Amino acid sequence: MQIKTLVWREIFERKSQLATSFLAILLGITVIVSIKNITYYSEKAVAREMDSLGANVLVLPKSATLQDYYAADMQGDTIPEEYVTQLAISDLEGLDNLSPKLSMPVELQGRTFTLTGILPKSEFQAKAAWQGAGIFSRPMGCGAMPTLPFASGDKKTLVRQRVIENLDNDEALVGADVASALSLKEGDKLTLLGQSFGVTAVLPQTGTIDDSRIFAHLHRVQEISGKGPVINAIEIVGCCQEISKGLVQKINSLLPDAKVVTITQIADAQIKMNQLMSRLSLIFLVIIVFVGGAGIANDMYANVFERRREIGTLMALGANSFLILRIFMLKALLLGLVGGVCGYALGTFLALTLGPKLAGVPVLPMPMLALWAVLISVGLALAASYFPARRAAKLDPCATFQEI
Amino acid sequence: MLRMENVTKRYKHRGQPVTALDGANLTIGQGDFVAVVGPSGSGKRTLLLMLGGMLSPTSGRVLFEDQSIYDLNADDRAMLRKQKVGFVFQTFNLVPYLTALENVEVPLYLAGLDSSIQQDRAESLLERVGLGDRMDHKPSELSVGQQQRVALARMLANDPSVILADEPTGNLDPETSRQIICFFEEVNREGKTIVIVTHDPRAAQRAKRILRLVDGSIISGTADWEELHVA
Repeated sequence: MQIKTLVWREIFERKSQLATSFLAILLGITVIVSIKNITYYSEKAVAREMDSLGANVLVLPKSATLQDYYAADMQGDTIPEEYVTQLAISDLEGLDNLSPKLSMPVELQGRTFTLTGILPKSEFQAKAAWQGAGIFSRPMGCGAMPTLPFASGDKKTLVRQRVIENLDNDEALVGADVASALSLKEGDKLTLLGQSFGVTAVLPQTGTIDDSRIFAHLHRVQEISGKGPVINAIEIVGCCQEISKGLVQKINSLLPDAKVVTITQIADAQIKMNQLMSRLSLIFLVIIVFVGGAGIANDMYANVFERRREIGTLMALGANSFLILRIFMLKALLLGLVGGVCGYALGTFLALTLGPKLAGVPVLPMPMLALWAVLISVGLALAASYFPARRAAKLDPCATFQEI
Repeated sequence: MLRMENVTKRYKHRGQPVTALDGANLTIGQGDFVAVVGPSGSGKRTLLLMLGGMLSPTSGRVLFEDQSIYDLNADDRAMLRKQKVGFVFQTFNLVPYLTALENVEVPLYLAGLDSSIQQDRAESLLERVGLGDRMDHKPSELSVGQQQRVALARMLANDPSVILADEPTGNLDPETSRQIICFFEEVNREGKTIVIVTHDPRAAQRAKRILRLVDGSIISGTADWEELHVA
C-alpha cells in the first residue's frame, strides 16, 4: 500500500465522476492548444502577407521626406553606406531585412527610368566581421520570409522581400514597365550609361514606382554615379512587435545623423492583426481557466463530500491532515497531467485538421505547446483542487461515526 | 490506561443545548474489557470518541497512559491513534475500492512500514480471522460477517494496546456476533484493553465490566448485565 495506490484505485472506482473533471480539462486544453497552434501559423501567414506590402521603416537623409522616397528616392542627399554596417552589427532586435538603395535617373530610348542599386543579402553574410554578431546571427523575429522554401535563389523575391540573396555586378533586374517599354526579356543585354548588363529577371507588375526601376548591384551603381560609398535610403522590414516597443527610436539613437520614419499604416496593420490574435487566445484562456477551474473545483468538492466517511476512517486509523491533503492533490496532479497530455494531442490533431480549412494556412505541430498545455492543466487542476482538498484535510473525523 | 476526569461535553443541536456527557469520571485499566451500554442518545458514542482522541471535551481531562490527550495537537493525536488505538465501526468502514488485503495494509502504510512488511503482516492477520482465501476480494464481494472480520484484522494491524469498538455486532446475525465477541475475548486475553459500545446484551455480558450511561452520566459500573438492569 502506498499513497499512489489509494489515489489510483479511487480514480478508477469513480470513473464517471472523474470523467466530468477530465473532460473539463481535456476540452479546455484542446481548445487552447488548437487556437494557439492555428493562431501561430495564421500570424506567420499574416506576417508574410504584410511583408508583401513592403518595408515599414525607412532610414533617409535628414533633408529627405517620405514623398521623396515615394518619388523613387531620387533626392539629391545621401547617407553613408557605412550606416548599413552599423545596423547590421548592432544588437537591435526586430530588424528582419535591410535593403540599402542608391537611385539615379537613366535615359533609355528617349525615356527616363530609375536605376537603383541594391545590395544582395549574400554580401552581408560574406563579411566575416559580421558573422557571429549582428542581426543575421539571430533568429528572424516576425518575418517568415528568410525561411520560405521558395525564396532562395529566386530573383523575383525582390518584389516581396526588398532583398535578394545574390546579384552579380553585371546583372540587372528590370521592372514590368521597363521591360514592356523596352521590350526586354530575361537573358537580353542592356546598356546603361555605357555599361553593359544582362537582364537576369523581369519583375512582376506591382503597381508601384518599382515597375519603372532597373535594379543593379549597389556598388556598380555607386561606381556609375561617381558618388562613392553612399546610399539614398535603407528600407527596413522591422518586426511589428519591436516597432511598437520603440525600434524606430533605437535606430534614431544609433544613427543620429539620419532620419528614421515609420510607414505607419503598414506597421499599424501588422501590430493590430497580431494584437487581435493574441487577445483572442487570451480570452479563450481566461474563459477556460474559469469554466474548467470551476468544474474541477465543483467535482472535487463533491468527491470530498462523498468520501467523508472514508476520510474520517483514515483519520481514525491515524492519518494526519497533511496526508489527506496530499491524497486529493495527487489526484489533481494526475488529472492535470493526463488532461494536459491528451488535450495537447487532441488540440494538435484538431489544429492540423481544421487549421487549413478554417484559417486557410498549413499548420504544423508545436512541441513547445505540450509543455504549456501540461503546465496550465496541472496548475489549473491543483489550484482548483486546493480548497476542496483543504476542506477534506480539516474534516471532523467524528463524521465517520455520526453518519452511520 | 484510560482515564476520564470530570469530563463534560456540551454542544448545540438545532439551536438547543445538549449535554452529551456530564461530569463523567472513569478509569479503565490495562487488559480491561469494558462494555458501554445505555439508551440511544445517552452519550455512549461521545464517550468512545473522546477516549479515541477524536472529540475534545468541553471541560475535564481525558488521559491515555497519564498523558492528557487533548493537550496534544490534532496531528499528535492522529499519531497516538496510529500507534496505540485500534478502531472498529458498526458499518466496518472499509475502503470500498481496496481489496481486503489492501484495507488491512492501510494502517500499516500509515505507520510507515515497507510494502513487503505490510503485505506479510496483512496476510497473516487475514489468515488469523479466517479470510486467507478472500484477500483479493473487495468489500462488496464479501459477506457482512466477512467484512467485519476484515475490519478486525485492520484493527489489529499495528498491534494496538487499546481497542475501541462502536457497535461491532450491530449489523451481524447472532452466530457471526458470537464469533466476533469470541475474537474480542481472545485479543483481550492477549492483554489488549477493549472498550465496546453496544446495544447487544449478549455482547455486553461477555465483557469484564459494564458501564451504563443515562443522559450523559455514568450511573453504574458492574460486571453483571442482570444486576445492571435491576439497578
